[in-house]
Amino acid sequence: MSKMKFGIVVFPGSNCDHDAYHAAKHIMGQDAHFIWHKDSSLGDADVIILPGGFSYGDYLRTGAIARFSPVMKEVVRFAKNGGTVIGICNGFQILLEAGMLPGVMLRNSSLKFVCKFIQLKVENAVTRFTSECEVGDVLRIPIAHGDGNYFASREIVESLQEHGQVVFRYCSKVGDIDDASNPNGSLSNIAGIINKEGNVLGMMPHPERAVELSLGSADGKKIFQSMIESLVLS
Amino acid sequence: MYHSNISITLRKSILDPQGKAVEHAIHSLGLTSVHDVRIGKRIELSIDSSTKEEAEQITEQVCKKLLANPVMEDYSFIVEKI
Repeated sequence: MSKMKFGIVVFPGSNCDHDAYHAAKHIMGQDAHFIWHKDSSLGDADVIILPGGFSYGDYLRTGAIARFSPVMKEVVRFAKNGGTVIGICNGFQILLEAGMLPGVMLRNSSLKFVCKFIQLKVENAVTRFTSECEVGDVLRIPIAHGDGNYFASREIVESLQEHGQVVFRYCSKVGDIDDASNPNGSLSNIAGIINKEGNVLGMMPHPERAVELSLGSADGKKIFQSMIESLVLS
Repeated sequence: MYHSNISITLRKSILDPQGKAVEHAIHSLGLTSVHDVRIGKRIELSIDSSTKEEAEQITEQVCKKLLANPVMEDYSFIVEKI
C-alpha cells in the first residue's frame, strides 16, 4: 500500500508542527514533510496540515497575518481542487481568517487560556476525517487555546447544522452536549467544522497530541486513520 | 500626508467579557453610573496621499481587508492632514 504524504505547513510561531509530523510519520507510519510558509509549492502532498501554535504571535487577530503567507495561495488552490486540508487549533483560526471556513474565533468566554483534555462528540462520520468513527463516538482529545470561542451568525450556524458541517462538538464523558462541557463558550458547543465540499476541516482540539497512550489518549489516531483510508479509497 | 486614527471594537451584538470585567472593576471604585464598557484596539497609520478622500478610501480598504474582521468587529476612523 502506498504511503500517504502529509505536508505540514510551518509558519513563524507554529509549535505543533513537530507533533503533527510525529503523529503522521512515526505513529501512523506515513510520509511527512514540512512546508515553510514562504514556499510557493506544496510538493506532492496528499494532505495539508495547518498545525497549531501562534503564527505571527497572534498579532492583530489569531490567524489574521498567516493567511497572507505565500504558501496560503497554494493551500487555497489545493483545496479548490479537492485536496484534503486539516487546520488544527491555530490552523483552524487561519482557515477562518482565510475565508476557507465560515465564522470567527472569539476570546474564550473565561478569558483564560485553557489547556486540558476534553471530550469530543463525533456528529458526522461520513467525512474523510472521521470515517473511522461512528456518529456519537466520544473522543478524548486535548485542547490548548485562548481564542477558541467559535462564533458565526445564526444563519451560518443553522446552515452548518443543516448540511452536516458540524463534525465535532464538546460534550460530557457520556456524550451529553451541555454548557458544563463547553470549555470556551463556542456557539452550540462547536469544536470542529467542515466545508460544504467536505475536503477542508477545522478543529480546535489537537488530535496529533492524542495518538499514543503515553500521551493520555490515542483517540486522535482515528482522525489520522480516516484521512489515510480516504486516500486508499480515492 | 495624512494620518488615520482607527478604532476597532467588538460588534455590539457580541459579548465583550473583558469589557464586562472592567465594568465590574469600575463599579468597585464606586462609580456605578458607568455602563457599556467596550474594549478595543486603536491603530494609527500615515498615508502618502494628495487628497483626504483618497486617504480615507485607503484606510477603509485596510480596515475591511485586514484590520477588522467584520464578522465580529466594527471599525471607525478619523483621517487628518499632517
